[in-house]
Amino acid sequence: MMVDQPKYKTSDEVDFVIIGSGAAGGILAKELSTNGFRVVVLEQGPYLTEADFTHNEIEILAQDKLTNHPKLQPTSVRKTPDEKAKPQRALVYGRCVGGTSVHFTANFWRFHEIDFIERSKIGSIAGTGLTDWPITYADLEPYYTKVEWEIGVSGLAGASPFDPPRSKPYPMPPLPVKSSGVIFERAAKKLGWNPFPAPMAILSQPRPGRSACVNCGFCLSFGCEVGAKSSSLATAIRAAEKTGRCEIRPNSYVHRIETDANGRATGATYFDDKRNIHLQKAKAVVVCANGAETPRLLLLSANKQFPNGLANSSGLVGKYLMFNSGGTVTALYEHPLNDYKGYCVSRVLHDFYELDAQKVGFYGGGGLDARFDFTPITFGFNGLPPGTPSWGKDFKSALAHNFSRTMEIFCHGTSLPVENNSFSLDPDLKDAWGLPALRLTYKDHPDDLKLTNWLFERAHELHEAAGAQKKWSFPAREQQFGVHLLGTCRLGNDPKTSVINPDHRTHDIKNLFLCDGSSLVTSGRGQPTMTIMALAFRAADRITALAKRGELGA
Amino acid sequence: MTNELSRRNFLLQAGTGLSTAWVAANWPALLAASTHAHRAAQSAAPPKLEFFTPEQAAEIDAITARIIPTDDTPGAHEAGVVYFIDHGLTTFGVDDQKTYREGLPEMQARVGELFPGVAKFSALTPEQQDEVLHSFDEHAPPSRRSIRARPGAQNFFETVQQHTIVGFLIDPDFGGNHDGAGWKVIGREREHMFQAPFGYYDKNYPGWEAAMKEADKK
Repeated sequence: MMVDQPKYKTSDEVDFVIIGSGAAGGILAKELSTNGFRVVVLEQGPYLTEADFTHNEIEILAQDKLTNHPKLQPTSVRKTPDEKAKPQRALVYGRCVGGTSVHFTANFWRFHEIDFIERSKIGSIAGTGLTDWPITYADLEPYYTKVEWEIGVSGLAGASPFDPPRSKPYPMPPLPVKSSGVIFERAAKKLGWNPFPAPMAILSQPRPGRSACVNCGFCLSFGCEVGAKSSSLATAIRAAEKTGRCEIRPNSYVHRIETDANGRATGATYFDDKRNIHLQKAKAVVVCANGAETPRLLLLSANKQFPNGLANSSGLVGKYLMFNSGGTVTALYEHPLNDYKGYCVSRVLHDFYELDAQKVGFYGGGGLDARFDFTPITFGFNGLPPGTPSWGKDFKSALAHNFSRTMEIFCHGTSLPVENNSFSLDPDLKDAWGLPALRLTYKDHPDDLKLTNWLFERAHELHEAAGAQKKWSFPAREQQFGVHLLGTCRLGNDPKTSVINPDHRTHDIKNLFLCDGSSLVTSGRGQPTMTIMALAFRAADRITALAKRGELGA
Repeated sequence: MTNELSRRNFLLQAGTGLSTAWVAANWPALLAASTHAHRAAQSAAPPKLEFFTPEQAAEIDAITARIIPTDDTPGAHEAGVVYFIDHGLTTFGVDDQKTYREGLPEMQARVGELFPGVAKFSALTPEQQDEVLHSFDEHAPPSRRSIRARPGAQNFFETVQQHTIVGFLIDPDFGGNHDGAGWKVIGREREHMFQAPFGYYDKNYPGWEAAMKEADKK
């Protein structure tokens, strides 16, 4: 597939250099190259394809074959800005062509109307930066639909009474229900709730060059071997390559965006796999490196003209980080579910999407899903109820009995945007290339923890109504580790309180654009990838319009 | 034929039912993948020891056999976990070599303390072996362990416990879980392709069609 690609010289000033090839970068690459622009995508990770993917849990989970590597890319963690951060693993993201969309669960909810206008509806919340988006659900709806049809999303329109309006049904029916989904659906209905088939970015019907899901059971953390998971790799990247105008350049670790005397971006400097340094020139730069690496790159690019980092006149680059709150309530049932077969989630409910703060005593909302996201090994580590011996005869008999009879309810919820919660540069810790490492500062807003515990109670009720033999959860704890990396270069109209404008253009640099999880203003209720992809389609339209009007030129 | 290979072949054979277009478009990649997996499977789980001496291997084998014992179903011994660990210590688990090098003599010293005159763990009865292991077993409930973020400073027994779980439950194509013994125990079928119904509760369940009808009524 790479034979079709053009090979641009680094000295060629291409129209766009895109940094990152994940959920947003892949789609921007496809859209901008389709619209006639010459595009180079710089991806720090390798170019792997379906033939490279396996179910080898050691390679994937222990050796980080698809993800950022804690030895090469160490991170540090602290709770508040007055602490010194300690070296500790802070995050996981996809580090390969296709980014995190390669290994994600593919749970694929749209945000609802409320997510864009919550500040107006409920008022301000002390100690937080909760604010409205500069765009509404209606602005984004056509792009949600575009995502569903272009990449392939399975689901059932109208099945949830809480669904926001949509202009078109899903392009294909839901995937087959799992035993966990049946248990969940029956019990939820008994309780008067409204379960519905999970929208999943996994094909229930084949598409050209891609198989329908074969129910192998290795979605979360693994790359899909049959192309059924609608990752950027399986969809937009390939479409971008077909244009003949887009070069995907893997193993290219960008560590600096260059600017000229006029304060314009001129290109991106990167290490190749031999650690030689190159500068790819471009008329405009689009950063889609995720909610941690995008702010890090802006901060790493500080220069005389922009001493606090690029696009950082607001001082908000890296701030208002949101991880999404949540956790699981696990239960054991009488008969085998065999939930290791199939994709993760087959039923969801959104009855608690928008809670009344006056009634429950905290801000927030969320969704529940029925799932089994253990692999055999992670089940051996973490799947048994508390109090089970960790070795010996009883350990073995619990493993043997429980593996096929266990399911989880995942409670997904909001995180409030708190300014101190951030990614920044660690003053001491360096990565394997000698660059300042990411430093996480994170302390959940108390409401986020209250919400999680409240949702746990609902999940316990559900398991109870379903007749679970045993159920358990652990009280919500402050998070020190994230995979949803949201809000760190937020959208907004006001340059003082946001980093990018509604065109995804940085307020400070006219030809520098950002689009990924960092763009989100609120956290949604837990499934950000759909919204990241919709924003990317929308950003591509906006950027194309600006370029065609000549507003990116020197 | 390895499971990985048979799975790939099954994908090819099942092509008409699934997606002929997909199989056609991916033919060369599939061949490459099955060849690669076949080679990997053949080179994995070598018959000879790479890290342990035969004496050390007998000791580790005995420890793993108490972590996941053999009863009416296979245990760590039948799953060849000791060979998985041995190979692992020269590949993905190089960092744990020191833990084993230093930990095994400590374990054997404990054997001598508890059972004077005995030098080897493997020379004890199963009950005596359990007594030795209990003396290493912290009573604090294990925190949620993660294959990702394994803390560096942990004791020998905890390391062997984790490696035994991995070696017992890993996909047999990747150098452990000999003959799929671990998966037989937990009831996971060897295939990597399944069709609904998957379990007891989704048999004969009407599914989303019923949900759609209800949605239409509203």
